Amino acid sequence: MLHLLQKPLEAAKPSRRTFLKMSAGTVGGLIIAAKLPNIAEAAGADELVQPFVHIRPDNSVVVIVKHLDKGQGAATGLATLVADELDASIEQVSTEFAPSNPEVYKNFLFGVQGTGGSTAIANSFQQYRQAGAAAKAMIIAAAAKNWEVPAGEISISGGVVSHASGKSATFGELVGAAAAQEVPAEPTLKTPDQWVYIGKSFPRVDTRNKTVGAPGTYTMDFQRDDMLVAVVARSPRFGGKLKSFDAEEAKAVPGMVDVITLPAGVAVVAKSTWPAIKARELISAEWDDSAAETRSTDVMMQELAAMASTPGISVRKDGGAEAALASAAKVIEVDYEFPFLAHGTMEPLDVVISFDGSAAEVWAGSQIQTIDHNVTAAVLGIPFPQVKINTLWAGGSFGRRATPDAHAYAEAAILARALHEKGTSGVPIKIVWTREDDMTGGYYRPMSAHKVKVGLDASGNVVAWSHRMAAKSIMKGTAFEPMVMPNGIDHNMTEGAHDTTYAFPAMEMDQHFAETPVPVLWWRSVGHTHSGYVMETMIDRLAKEAGEDPVAYRLKMIKDDPRKVAVLKLAAEKAGWGSDLPEGRYRGVAVHKSFGSYVAEVAEVSMREDGTFKVEKVVCAVDCGIPVNPDNIVAQIEGGLGYGLGAILRNEITLTDGVVDQTNFDTYEPIRMSDVPEIEVHIIPSTEAPTGIGEPGTPPIGPAVANAIAAAKGDWVTSLPLSKHGLV
Amino acid sequence: MSITLKINGETRTVDAEPDTPLLWVLRDDLQMTGTKFGCGIASCGACTVHQDGEPIRSCQTFIGDLEGANITTIEGVNGKAAEAVQAAWQELDVPQCGYCQSGQILAATALLAETPKPTDEDIDAAMDGNVCRCATYARIRKAIHLAADKMEG
Repeated sequence: MLHLLQKPLEAAKPSRRTFLKMSAGTVGGLIIAAKLPNIAEAAGADELVQPFVHIRPDNSVVVIVKHLDKGQGAATGLATLVADELDASIEQVSTEFAPSNPEVYKNFLFGVQGTGGSTAIANSFQQYRQAGAAAKAMIIAAAAKNWEVPAGEISISGGVVSHASGKSATFGELVGAAAAQEVPAEPTLKTPDQWVYIGKSFPRVDTRNKTVGAPGTYTMDFQRDDMLVAVVARSPRFGGKLKSFDAEEAKAVPGMVDVITLPAGVAVVAKSTWPAIKARELISAEWDDSAAETRSTDVMMQELAAMASTPGISVRKDGGAEAALASAAKVIEVDYEFPFLAHGTMEPLDVVISFDGSAAEVWAGSQIQTIDHNVTAAVLGIPFPQVKINTLWAGGSFGRRATPDAHAYAEAAILARALHEKGTSGVPIKIVWTREDDMTGGYYRPMSAHKVKVGLDASGNVVAWSHRMAAKSIMKGTAFEPMVMPNGIDHNMTEGAHDTTYAFPAMEMDQHFAETPVPVLWWRSVGHTHSGYVMETMIDRLAKEAGEDPVAYRLKMIKDDPRKVAVLKLAAEKAGWGSDLPEGRYRGVAVHKSFGSYVAEVAEVSMREDGTFKVEKVVCAVDCGIPVNPDNIVAQIEGGLGYGLGAILRNEITLTDGVVDQTNFDTYEPIRMSDVPEIEVHIIPSTEAPTGIGEPGTPPIGPAVANAIAAAKGDWVTSLPLSKHGLV
Repeated sequence: MSITLKINGETRTVDAEPDTPLLWVLRDDLQMTGTKFGCGIASCGACTVHQDGEPIRSCQTFIGDLEGANITTIEGVNGKAAEAVQAAWQELDVPQCGYCQSGQILAATALLAETPKPTDEDIDAAMDGNVCRCATYARIRKAIHLAADKMEG
């Protein structure tokens, strides 16, 4: 599929320059007031229209959300920040997704408009509070003018503006006058003791629509009478190219409209979804596999394991690890294997596009709007402003919709252009991935191999940690490479390992990049999904080696990381670590920092007589800085650990002679109700800046469960999923 | 061909092949998109609707087999159990991405209509066919118990 994307990415170069390194910089250059022609035109005379908040005469407050909400609660989070500073009532607040405009709506941690890496709240915390505070100042200034009283005597509570004289008004009544006020450049923000929603409670803004099946919520739900639907027949092997095809039989399906050749296959275009799916089954195609992946995953894993046995690109080398290992009294050597994983979003990938020859409109759960926008414009050969991106709620992502190559948008644009050239101009077309397309379509969490060697002295103390891993790099070869891999190192690959705060006197970490046409992608918590498993099961092994309690051993080994210590202690305390358990029950613990947040999880499992197990309970402690929406933090930990648990239980994507073996949820069996433990989440109060929450719940669950199983069986599982070992 | 269906109490006539899954008739022909496409093979439950009160997977139910049947979708589900379920879902903020929740709500409503005070085992049995990739299961379980309490009270 890469050749298809070469051209759009070349054309999309200007945006690459704006893509800053993904390190947490200062949140400078906040835009809270700007002229936005597309918004201003739509606004009525009496509206307060600012980039991040619109207040209307009907007293409604609309928070403009620059991030994609794919379930993680970003829209509610940003609404909470604005509503708090504005002292709005919960009932009057709703949200809309922002237009694609990197100047105004960029993610400060990316430099482009986009969502990912659990950054939505972290990069918006200051900006959205300022937006709310500015609007509040303008409303107060308007009231002061109208009532002829000093602004300092006016207060707002629950959306009601009032003065001691008895005068009061709603936002709606004042908004016309407020819009005429100057936007304060540096509005005064509340102090934490004044917060009414932050750290307390603000209900999700999307719950109602999502419990009544409201129309138009998701891209999949987009409907228009003239709309066409396409599904694409692709090579069963990654990198396979279309040689020839026969669509005669397919064309006989009622509702079938056309077939359009794409670089990656054949698009079947129909009047609606079912005829497109049915007609695709009747396409017979021949593929050229000369450049395709034709290996099986067991062969690919042998290659990765061999790579991990040799020195690679050095990520870290300090303390003389090699010499310390050579002179160690004992060396513990463990090999780990992790499979490809599909994201399996409930709503499979989909994009709607219409193109009339000069302008295009897109409706999608766009996760990196700036890239999706650039690629669409480049493929259509039209300027950036001629493309309008409408971001819709997404039915999950877990990384799947954040595509550096914007492949779904590139394909959509090619189809839209073809329709235009064929005389069907301006008609929206919805490109749908079926579940089979999703499962067999790649963009997986990379499969990987780790080799860890730990040297111990005669008393069992660690003297050196040597760690090598091999996988296909997610970053290498993408538009991100120049920005995020200046030294040729893909930090995504070994994050959570090379930056560990366990104190080892010497440590070396190498990485190897494997090559395969199988496209790989970020998967909820990225490198931490495997590095966290390796680090936390190894630490458990070392605790046993030293004859120490796993929690006590970790506390001894963590250096200069008090927040990690605090979550570990809290989770252990709340789980009753060390207390007696009923027969057949075992505990395991793991603690891991990712995306700036710390999560400790204690898993309690029961072992059945047939050798299988069930996770009965998980007690979590989390420190993600200031907890903006505590209930959403709980929800994301519940969901994050559930997502990780499903993967370690029985999920793997395997290839046989290059063809994916798993095609749907019957063969890639997702976590289900009966798998789910009781979950308890404890949040550490904090005054630190907020950090990520969508991903950090995922990494600790695998090792916590594996450590509990090891407590029962005496050994650690080193190749996932657990179902390969008769445990599930 | 022309097929007449009874959906949410209304008689609807659609022009479609009898082997068309109900799911696609609902979504594309009738533009009732609350019922979701998740897998197409009855493995995820996102497309759950009621046929005469019983939960069915509309992706594997063909409209040619539905003459005379009463179909209920998320757009039309009502009654004591449905109202309790939707209220509990809202009270506990169950949905995350929300894409599976129409199906979850239809499955939970059918469970409570049959078993007003379900045990955790009842919930496992009734809900295991409904996948939630966001893993909101803990809240779904809590919300079903809450809905049961609401129905009682």
